[in-house]
Amino acid sequence: MITWFFDSLHAMIVTTGALVGAGSSLLGVFLVLRGAGMLTHAISHSILLGIVLAWMATGEISGPLALVAAAVVGLLSVVLTEALARSGRVAMDAAIGLVFPALFALGVLLVSLNARNVHIDEHAVLLGEIGFVWLDTVQIGEWAVPRAMLAVGALTLCNLLFVTLCWKELKLASFDIALAHALGFAPGLLFYVLLGLTSATAVASFDAVGVVLFLAFVIVPPSAALLLTDRLSLVLLLAVAMAVASSAIGYVLALYWNVSIGGMMALVTGAFLLVAWIAGPRHGLVARAVRLRQVRAENDARSLVAHLYNHEGGPEAAEENTVRALHDHLLWPEAQTRRVILHGLDRGLVERRGERLHLTPKGRAVAFQIFEPWRRGN
Amino acid sequence: MTLLALLQDYTVQTVLAGAVLLGLTSGVLGAFAVLRRQSLIGDVLSHAALPGICLGFLAAGSRDLPSLLTGAFLTGTLAAVTVLWLTRTTRLKTDAALGIVLGIFFAAGVVLLTYIQTTQGAGQAGLDSFLFGQAAALLRSDLWIMGGVTAVALILILAFWKEFKVATFDPGFATTLGLPVLALDLALTVMIALAIVVGLQMVGVVLMTAMIIAPAAAARQWVDRLGPMVALSAGFGILSGVLGAGLSAAGRGLSTGPLIVLVASAIVTVSVLAAPGRGLLWAVLRDRRAARRLRARQVLLTLDRLARDHASPGFRSDEGLLRAYHGTPPRRALARLEAEGLIRAVPHGPEDHRHWELTPEGQTRVNEFRLDGES
Repeated sequence: MITWFFDSLHAMIVTTGALVGAGSSLLGVFLVLRGAGMLTHAISHSILLGIVLAWMATGEISGPLALVAAAVVGLLSVVLTEALARSGRVAMDAAIGLVFPALFALGVLLVSLNARNVHIDEHAVLLGEIGFVWLDTVQIGEWAVPRAMLAVGALTLCNLLFVTLCWKELKLASFDIALAHALGFAPGLLFYVLLGLTSATAVASFDAVGVVLFLAFVIVPPSAALLLTDRLSLVLLLAVAMAVASSAIGYVLALYWNVSIGGMMALVTGAFLLVAWIAGPRHGLVARAVRLRQVRAENDARSLVAHLYNHEGGPEAAEENTVRALHDHLLWPEAQTRRVILHGLDRGLVERRGERLHLTPKGRAVAFQIFEPWRRGN
Repeated sequence: MTLLALLQDYTVQTVLAGAVLLGLTSGVLGAFAVLRRQSLIGDVLSHAALPGICLGFLAAGSRDLPSLLTGAFLTGTLAAVTVLWLTRTTRLKTDAALGIVLGIFFAAGVVLLTYIQTTQGAGQAGLDSFLFGQAAALLRSDLWIMGGVTAVALILILAFWKEFKVATFDPGFATTLGLPVLALDLALTVMIALAIVVGLQMVGVVLMTAMIIAPAAAARQWVDRLGPMVALSAGFGILSGVLGAGLSAAGRGLSTGPLIVLVASAIVTVSVLAAPGRGLLWAVLRDRRAARRLRARQVLLTLDRLARDHASPGFRSDEGLLRAYHGTPPRRALARLEAEGLIRAVPHGPEDHRHWELTPEGQTRVNEFRLDGES
């Protein structure tokens, strides 16, 4: 069974993708809550410079040292960005857009200067080559484990540990940063650890999916999960589940159409987001539209009842409490008038005698609630 | 190759002309994007252009620039609208919406790119250049299109100058004036999309972000008025384009895009550090000068206070006493005040450390301070 697993290219590729997705979504939830999505984008681009620099220093492209160096440069981009924004000379968004392209440009330039010696493919940096993870393997016992899978797996484990160990700190820092400060939970430090792990995960996964698609894995599944539920633990579970599912579905579709595997995986996360956006149970577009209709109908019914109650028994009742008056005085269009009356009749709030509209006892009770809510049960 | 020979080179001429156009358009439009705090929309638009370029290629069946540009323009606009819609209808923040749209549109672009590679074969060779930019692949005919886009953008900006101005600085006021703020927003976004599409060939997807932001952010440091800022931003844009392209032509094997961006980044660094008034270096110097002045003032006032407390105008204060008053040794402030002739050191009997007294000038200075409201 295990041997079959490590012999199967499909299983290798899907597992690597799923690990990238799970590892990045775990952190992504907190990054999205913190509003650090574009900072992630900046980190994922800056690591290129770190990788090149590590190679120039040691001659290695992968391995722990390159990973650490790249992660450090990723964090450096955050430090520089925040310093620039804090100087007050440029706004935060401009600071992000100034720092990472500069670091990335430097990285690309260094790569092109050393093009003959360094095996960093610029395209692979942007796009990744998850389809070839099985080319570079490490022998563990009797199985050949892809190096990328090993790195991503280790990072995913780290992220999982971080999230479970710092669960309440992360939760507090995400939702009430002032309280976190006041209680001495050092949310600033926590944020930097989070970004550091993001940086390391980006380094480990850039071989597989490339920097831009890494961003998709970090941001899209957590955002989709946030549209589906209000419980943080559930958000994490859903985000990881969607990321893993995207990896599997994306792989199948990519094989079917013979297109980029990483791209297809990221595109499937987009499909999940679209579904969550449209059909989310409470925050989805459909649910919101339905709720809007309900609120509108409820409000119209209350207006009708209030109007009838106001004029009930007065001398003007013969003129005011008619279908015509709703149209003329409340300025309701014909269709709305009809809808509101039907709705009121259905709910037994009003009854119609000829042109006149009368409140039922139930309708009068509703009106009472509107005008004199303090006199309950009268 | 000498500079002259370089300038006569056909490819170099084309690239330089392209760099000028790119710098001009992105400089002008970037100024508005940066002032409206929409810098990162450029990042999103440039990534979102990729699927459009691929669709344009699929529709035209060849690397026909107008159809590529149309495609990129359409997907760019769709991306901008999606960002707006996502933030309006969900609880996701702008930041997340930008990331989502950027990631997914780019993923779609990658998928389409590989689809074209497998189905169309060799014809796609030119499409890759949009990722990282390949200035040398620029054709003379491309220049005409770039020039056209630049002209349209400049004419629109000039024609609706005051409308864009008021919509940028005070959208609420613009609405009360009855200006179509949404349409102006959209027009600007659309023009930025066009500028990006035009620049992609030169510098590529990622680095195009910098071309929108960097010249404008640099220009903002030097001037406080919109007109000069836009002009300066265009100037910086052109300068980085020309210098970057020039360096790349002079140096062997250095790609144009990164060089242009690095030049632009260098301009930003210099501007942020040294622009008159706003520069960080000036701020540091100003702070130090203010701290020194405050320190001197404190020391003078202490001398005066001690003299008054002892009811003797010529009171000679012990340096140790001054140190006790100020916490840290005020030696440098004392030396400076002495050099200015406001205080003088005097011997005081058998004690071997110095004592200080105010000179008449120093006393006048103190009296001025006290007129200002000091005690």
